[in-house]
This record gives sequence, C-alpha cells and structure tokens, in this order.
Amino acid sequence: MSQTTVQPQTESKSFGGVQARGSAILNKARIAISELDFFYGDNRALKGIKLDLPERQVTGMIGPSGCGKSTLLRVLNRMYDLYPGQHATGQAMMDGINIIDPKVDINALRSRIGMVFQKPTPFPMTIYENIAFGVKLHEKLSKSAMDERVEWSLSRAALWGEVKDRLNSSAMGLSGGQQQRLCIARTIAVRPEVILFDEPTSALDPISTLKIEELIDELKVDFTIAIVTHNMQQAARCADQVAFFYLGEMVECAPAAQIFTAPKEKRTQEYVTGRFG
Amino acid sequence: MSATTMGSGAIPGPAKDEKTSLALGRSRHRANVIVKTLCVAATLIGLVFLASILFTLLWRGIGGLSLAVFTTSTLPPGSNGGLLNAIVGSLIQTVLGAAIGTPIGLMVGTYLAEYAQNSTLGNAVRFVSDVLLSAPSILIGLFVYTLLVEPFDGFSGIAGCLALAVIVIPIVVRTTEDMLRLIPNTLREAVIGLGAPKWKMITLVCYRAAREGIATGVLLAIARVAGETAPLLFTSLGNLNWSVDLTKPMASLPVTIYQYAGSAFEDWVQLAWAGALLITFGVLAINIIARVVLRGGK
Repeated sequence: MSQTTVQPQTESKSFGGVQARGSAILNKARIAISELDFFYGDNRALKGIKLDLPERQVTGMIGPSGCGKSTLLRVLNRMYDLYPGQHATGQAMMDGINIIDPKVDINALRSRIGMVFQKPTPFPMTIYENIAFGVKLHEKLSKSAMDERVEWSLSRAALWGEVKDRLNSSAMGLSGGQQQRLCIARTIAVRPEVILFDEPTSALDPISTLKIEELIDELKVDFTIAIVTHNMQQAARCADQVAFFYLGEMVECAPAAQIFTAPKEKRTQEYVTGRFG
Repeated sequence: MSATTMGSGAIPGPAKDEKTSLALGRSRHRANVIVKTLCVAATLIGLVFLASILFTLLWRGIGGLSLAVFTTSTLPPGSNGGLLNAIVGSLIQTVLGAAIGTPIGLMVGTYLAEYAQNSTLGNAVRFVSDVLLSAPSILIGLFVYTLLVEPFDGFSGIAGCLALAVIVIPIVVRTTEDMLRLIPNTLREAVIGLGAPKWKMITLVCYRAAREGIATGVLLAIARVAGETAPLLFTSLGNLNWSVDLTKPMASLPVTIYQYAGSAFEDWVQLAWAGALLITFGVLAINIIARVVLRGGK
C-alpha cells in the first residue's frame, strides 16, 4: 500500500513559498473507494479509482480540467442520480455500505455526505431559513433548538458575527464570500460526517478565499473533508493528503508534502511543477 | 503560445492604409445612420397607431362614463342603462377562468421543466401546448360549446369560465416552464445535495426562485382573457339581465361591446365605447402590475 509517512526534511515541505501544513500521518479511511468506474453515457470518465478519504482529515484532489476529480465528488453523494444516462460501478464503502448501491437511501446518504459547490447557491429565502431548510428535511426541532442550530452552524462557518442582526433578511443580499460561507453553514447544519468541496473558492476574491481555507482547517476537527481545487497552493495549504488525477485515472495519492516535493510519478511531478495542465 | 511563435516577425499582409480605414469608418457611420432612422421611424409608426387608438377611446369613452354605468345593468335602448351586469360577469368569468387554468398550467409547466426535459411525451405536450397558445380563440369557444353547451342544452357562465381557462392554460404553461428553466441547475443540485426529495426542491425552492416570473405570466394570461370575445359568444352567450348564476347565460364586457357597438341606438353605442375604455384600462393596469411585480423581484 501507499506510504503514509515522509522523511522530516524541513526544506522539502515548502512549495512555491507555501508550507504544506497538513499532517503526514493519515488516519483510517472514512470512505474507501476501490475499482470505481463512472460513465457519462458510454464515455468512461473515471477508470478504476482507488482512494481512501482519511477520517477527520482533508483530501485535496488536483488535476487538469476534465480529469475526473469533480466527477468523483459527484459520485460520492450520488449527485449523478439527477441525470439519466450517468452511472457508476465499483465500491465506495462507508460504514460497510456501498454508497453507489442503487438501494441506498440517497436522501439519508446526502445528509451524511454534504457538498459545497463552486458557485455560492443561496436559496431565495432569508438567512435563517437557508440554514433551517436542510435541518428540517432530516430532524424535527423545537424553535429554540433550531435557533441554537442556526447559531451554531453560522458560527462554525465564521459568519455569525456578520449576519446575527439580519437573520431575517434575504440571503441574496450577502456578498459572494458571505454567500459561500452561508452555503458551508447550511451544509454543516445538517451535521454530515463528510463534506465535499467542489472548487469552493474559484468564484471568490483572495480575502474570502483565505477565510474559507481557514474554515476548512477548523472544520476538519469534526468532519472528513474532500476538496477539489485547481489551485495547487490551496491544496498544499489545506490538504493532509493530495490525490492527483489525470484523464480519469487517479495517478498518485500521498501526503501533501510528498506530492509537492517528492512525487513518485513523472506525470504528477510535471503537473505540480506547472509543466502542463 | 502563438505570441512566442509569431515573435519578432513582421505582421503578414499589406501595410495598413490610412485612407481605406477612414473610408470604411465613413461607410459604417452612414449605415449606422440609415438603420437608426429606419428603426426610429418604425417605432414612431407603431406608437402613432397606439396613441390614436387610446386617444379615440378616451375621447369617445369618457363621455359615456358615469356612475350609472357601474350601478345599473344593461337596459333597453333609451332607458339610461349601465354595464353593471357585464362588468360583474366579466370579473366572475375572468377570475374563475384564471383560477381553473392557472393550477393546471402551473403543473404542466412544472412537469415540462422539471420532469420531462428531453422525453418524447414532454416534447409532445410542449408542442400541443404551443399550438393551443396560438389557436384561434373562436375554436376554443366551439370546443367548449360541443363539450358543455350542446350536451346540457344551454349556454352558461361556467362554460364561459372553462373556455377562458383553456386559453389561460397554455400561457401559464409557457411562462412557468420558461421561468423554471432560467433557474440554474447549480441551485437544484444544492437543494438535492442537502438530501431534499425532488418535490420539495420544486415546491420550496424552485417556485420561490421563479415566483415573480410565474406571477407575471398569470397576470398576463388574465389580461389576455379579460378581453376575449369569441370564446364567450359560444359559451356564456351574454345576458341583458342581472345574473350571477353560473348555470345560466352570463353577460361580459367584450360580448356586450360586440352587441352594442353594432346596434343602431346611440346610447348603446356610447355604452360600448365606455365598456371598451374600461377593459382597455383594466388590461393596461394588469400589465403595469405585472411589470411592477417582475421588477420587485429583481
């Protein structure tokens, strides 16, 4: 199996002036993916993926456009079910259940595996209702318990201070960065075990990006996280483990420091040094 | 990449000629002036006709407006009648027609946008609905006539309501589908991603996101049927007496205008003008409300 530790070489942890901050020791898998194939119609977009998402750690997924990294996220919470003609085969095991088994209760699954998208998608309702919406789908809470949950999730998403006085105004009035943190709060309000981030900062300015990255660092205390990003420095900053995808294959997966300094595969090295992609 | 391959080499093709470029600029300017003039002229012609209609309507209609128009029913010529029964009849039939047609149109539009994007049945339904949208309204009147008037041996208000509902349905279908389709799929995925079933996604989020657009469509449909005459001629027929019984023939403004405007009695013609003015400004008001509603959402 893949190596889970790297030699503690101080200079080898720096990448483009950014320190890979993640842990070099990976926890046991929360989701274990193996032999996973995915098809858009007849087009095989993922080929025999094998990847573990370590519990309460961040897995960064990098690779050029169209390499399948977003597709893999969409498999993990069965988003592809919305579109006829898309299907997956193989295993993605979580607590002994295969996520892609058609018999799985997908609404319950999605409450355990939340997703944050590239573009902020506030619902056309108040800030409070945005958070309560997801909670109401899965739990029956009293008004006070709901108030508590809304405050908790907005605080965890570092948004409470900015919106606590206008919980009943429309969420559409928030800035892009605030909207994205609202979406994160909405996702964690459901109390999932895994959170999937699909390029969560690509539509945001640098300061909002920094806030979201700090947030991901704090969230991994409680949640298992997977983040797709085009920004390799972001992967280096956020991820404990990084997986490099190319043309539908998972080329290499290792602790972040190793991927960026001593990758085993030539393709990984060429990508992380900016030679293609 | 192309920048490096082009490098220091000369730009291919003949050198730029100052005269040619000025001449091209002048000809573009001329074309611009011509097109602009044509557009403005066409707009003015349209506006002149519209203004002339509205002005004539106001000129001839205002003279006939009086309190009696709103308080008395239609009476025989020369006895100072009003339009009360026609106004109330129009309101009843328009409101009921919209009330019957809107939910059906809403559900069909939702089916087309959310459940049947590329299905054969969906495409067939959309095609039929579009044909219905442009079908002559007299055909719809005849359809309801064969369905409800002939078998039950009599014209009725309810038949009028149904004829108007049949006109409302395709309009609401079209706007509902268009407005739901404007919602980005990312919003749908965000709702689904929280573990919401599809029906909750549609009713709790998509409808809310498309609320203003759908409401505008309903208002425009109401404005459209408020002025319909042909479908009512074969269904609710018109009634010279006061009647709010849906099983009996019912008066309406458009039918009353149709009957009065062609009559030989001067006071009836005058009332027809007043009725036309009422309908026109009613429809204008609904259109303005629709615009305000749409803008309120932005």
